[in-house]
Amino acid sequence: MAFKQITSPHAHASQNTSKVMQLVVWATVPGLIALTYHFGWGSLINVVLATATAVIAEAAVLQLRGRSIAFYLRDYSAVLTAVLLGLALPPLAPWWVVVVGTLFSIVIAKQLYGGLGYNPFNPAMVGYVILLISFPIQMTTWITPLALLPDGVSHPGIIESLSIVFAGLNPADGVTGATPLDSFKFSDGLLVDQIYAQNPLFSQAGFAGVGWEWVNVGFLIGGLILLGSKIFTWHGPVAMLGAIAVMSILFWDGGSSDSPGSALMHLFSGASMMGAFFIMTDPVSSAASNRGRLIYGALIGVLVYLIRAWGNYPDAVAFAVLLANFAAPFIDNYTLPRTYGHIDRRRATEKEEDQ
Amino acid sequence: MKTWVTPGGVHPPENKHQSLTLPIGTLPLPEKLLIPLSQHIGAAATPCIEVGKKVLKGQVIAHATGPVSVPMHAPTSGTITAIEHRPIAHSSGMLAPCIEITSDGRDKWKKHEGIADYEHASPSTLLKAVADAGIAGMGGAGFPSAVKLNPGRQRPIHTLIVNATECEPYITADDSAIRERAAEIIEGIGILSQILGNPSNILIGIEDNKPEAIAALEPLVLDTGIRVASFPTKYPSGGEKQLIYILTGKEIPSGDLPADIGMVCVNIGTTYAIKRAIVNGEPLISRVTTMTGDACGINRNYDTLIGTPVSHMLAHSEFNEQACSRLVMGGPMMGFSLTSSDVPIVKTTNCILAPSYDEIPDDEPAQACIRCGMCAEACPVSLLPQQLFWYSQADDQERLEAHNLFDCIECGACSYVCPSNIPLVQHYRHSKGEIQKARAEKIRSDHARERFEFHQQRIEQADKDKEAKRAARREAAEQAKAKAKAAPDSAAAGGNPMGGSAADIIAAAQARAAAKQVSPEQQQAKFERSIAGAEMRVQMAEEKLATASDSSTDEQKNILNAAIEGAKQKLEQAKARLAEHVEQQNGEQVD
Ligand code: SF4
Ligand code: SF4
Repeated sequence: MAFKQITSPHAHASQNTSKVMQLVVWATVPGLIALTYHFGWGSLINVVLATATAVIAEAAVLQLRGRSIAFYLRDYSAVLTAVLLGLALPPLAPWWVVVVGTLFSIVIAKQLYGGLGYNPFNPAMVGYVILLISFPIQMTTWITPLALLPDGVSHPGIIESLSIVFAGLNPADGVTGATPLDSFKFSDGLLVDQIYAQNPLFSQAGFAGVGWEWVNVGFLIGGLILLGSKIFTWHGPVAMLGAIAVMSILFWDGGSSDSPGSALMHLFSGASMMGAFFIMTDPVSSAASNRGRLIYGALIGVLVYLIRAWGNYPDAVAFAVLLANFAAPFIDNYTLPRTYGHIDRRRATEKEEDQ
Repeated sequence: MKTWVTPGGVHPPENKHQSLTLPIGTLPLPEKLLIPLSQHIGAAATPCIEVGKKVLKGQVIAHATGPVSVPMHAPTSGTITAIEHRPIAHSSGMLAPCIEITSDGRDKWKKHEGIADYEHASPSTLLKAVADAGIAGMGGAGFPSAVKLNPGRQRPIHTLIVNATECEPYITADDSAIRERAAEIIEGIGILSQILGNPSNILIGIEDNKPEAIAALEPLVLDTGIRVASFPTKYPSGGEKQLIYILTGKEIPSGDLPADIGMVCVNIGTTYAIKRAIVNGEPLISRVTTMTGDACGINRNYDTLIGTPVSHMLAHSEFNEQACSRLVMGGPMMGFSLTSSDVPIVKTTNCILAPSYDEIPDDEPAQACIRCGMCAEACPVSLLPQQLFWYSQADDQERLEAHNLFDCIECGACSYVCPSNIPLVQHYRHSKGEIQKARAEKIRSDHARERFEFHQQRIEQADKDKEAKRAARREAAEQAKAKAKAAPDSAAAGGNPMGGSAADIIAAAQARAAAKQVSPEQQQAKFERSIAGAEMRVQMAEEKLATASDSSTDEQKNILNAAIEGAKQKLEQAKARLAEHVEQQNGEQVD
């Protein structure tokens, strides 16, 4: 009797990469719902459009590279990248903004570096940053949250939204506005208390900023689901959020006109939660070890705060993540875990003779 | 009892209940048994029997070869029908020397008896009996037990750990053996303790998924000083290093052995074999092996004779070849696949796993590593498997070593969890092999370099010697020159304008002769020979002159006369030299 020769281990856990990617996609749903509720159909349109673009682009590149399209598309990594980019883009952004950003993400940031597993930078964030630099106007025009729409104005319906996105129709007055982070940044001369009192974004908010706080709660819920499913460990997200909190407490001056805002506002504004659970947790471009991810996460948190407080861009997750991507290999070199039977951790660059 | 928790680890489905519904069984006697000469770590045994010879059960058929080796015994009575290379159970599917016994069906034992009054036997007597019984670690690696149990006086053992973890899914050989043979196992542990000089700490480490086995052991260890330590089930708790950490909180330094920190860890099956050897005088010729997997109708443990072909086991277990996805010797995590079922059960075979396609489907193609880190979370020794994989693909040996590749115990936990189905362990084995090859290569080239350097050194030394000799000669020449100046008449006597240099030459010749360290006797003989030669030449010249005197011209006569004169001169010189030499010798002797 002859049998197959197969190396150990023979047993295998039921987890697989496609399932992991799909789970992460599903985990964005609470955030997407919150976005859609507070800001209208735009985000959903972004996500669908980006996904379609990503799948076509990925298939085309795989075809060019002579790879099996079906095998690689099935890992859902392109879909995940597109979904994350779609969520990050301003709702009701023109269609070509979404398409250009997705193409950059998939073709340049991912496939040109060798495809899944080889990209040193987070593809979605590369797409986002390129858009932000190239089309600053379109990228900083946000939608007014539902609760703050002027009387008689509502978010455009699905048909109108599609016309805005694809046909360049202008949304009604009052539909677009500033984000809480923008407001903070560009309300110089006002004390924090004054901002809170004057700006309805804050005065009508529960704890951070109208609409935004719930979007962040949505992503937090999705993130906790992923954490519970052991898709990633707590180290990265906790370090990032912790660093943002520590920084904003450290620089909290009691609410002067220079104040960059409270910890709660920073944690639940902008892309904080999405960044902590969906962006910086992209394993490919992050640090490898748990210890490394603590440092990596803290670095992102600090950078986010620094850029928000003193940089030129109101939100900073994309820049912070890309900067940390640069640092990841370096972090890896110095954060090897201590192996059983060794007194100390080693450096990745150590030679046998050095011992 | 306090236990410690190792990092990482996984919880694969245990699948142990299937083979525990029946007690340990016995297979019908196979017609032929095949005993590989190497079933252990160390040198292969040396056959001490010829083809055609009849043997009795328990008879030695191969001797241990050197200290790290074990002997082999006939598992049943019968005739030796072959001593040749056969396929054995090895991950490479290689051929290895084996002894084949055709059973005579009588299963007749040779006369054997245990050590009477073994409680009072010396450790060395017991160790010898363990060695003679051919016992090698039965948990997997197969290290000769007598060697392990004899760590030497400079490494006193304070802790004896008996490994009853059996953390691999499916395998229940130890579990069922404990349930049915607990008393003998405890007796075996007592013997081990005696051999090791009664270590203060004796622990049986067992996972909490074996409550029956724990219950069987507990009443027996009362008042024996042995403690049963159960701890939460997790793969791979049964690795020697992992178990030692779980039970004692101590780590074996990388590259060291447990004995270096005063511990010995023995598989529980081995303790039973030791009991049988010491008390009953039985060598290791059978072991408990689990036959399991859905491709077999019967799942149970068998007390299997070493050398039983796997096919024989399958044939008596309602095996369905069509349903079988692969055939594994060992468990699903670390076992290796067999390409043929003709290979025999050996001393380390704890399980034959014949899973169906539902249980263990064919491997899915590997996807890209997404660096998710699940592997690192699972690794029991805190490596970064994803980084090892990366550097393994790049064949970056320096980085692999810096990432402690050689501390990988190949447990497979990382591959088990990898969502991309990457056969990580296979890559690590390959890289370890490559690095070992490179190391061997380096040692070889180091040797070559050393040889070369030695050669260079010798040449240099020879050059130096020559130079020294030359210098000595030059010095001797200087001295001779000085002498010659002190006695100018000797140089002037010849009237030769080149006298000085002639003296030089002679002195140099003398120095050369001296350097050659020719003995005075030889020197004298040489002078005497040259005198004799000169005399002969004078004689010959005179004879020629005598015969030629009438008919020869004057010119011819002149030439002959000159020759005679020359020969005579040389004769004089030679005589003078001899005289001088003799004088010198006498002078030296006087001094
Ligand atoms: S588990 Fe597999 S995919 Fe994930 S990091 Fe490890 S090797 Fe890569
Ligand atoms: S096989 Fe090696 S790297 Fe993988 S989990 Fe086991 S020890 Fe760690």
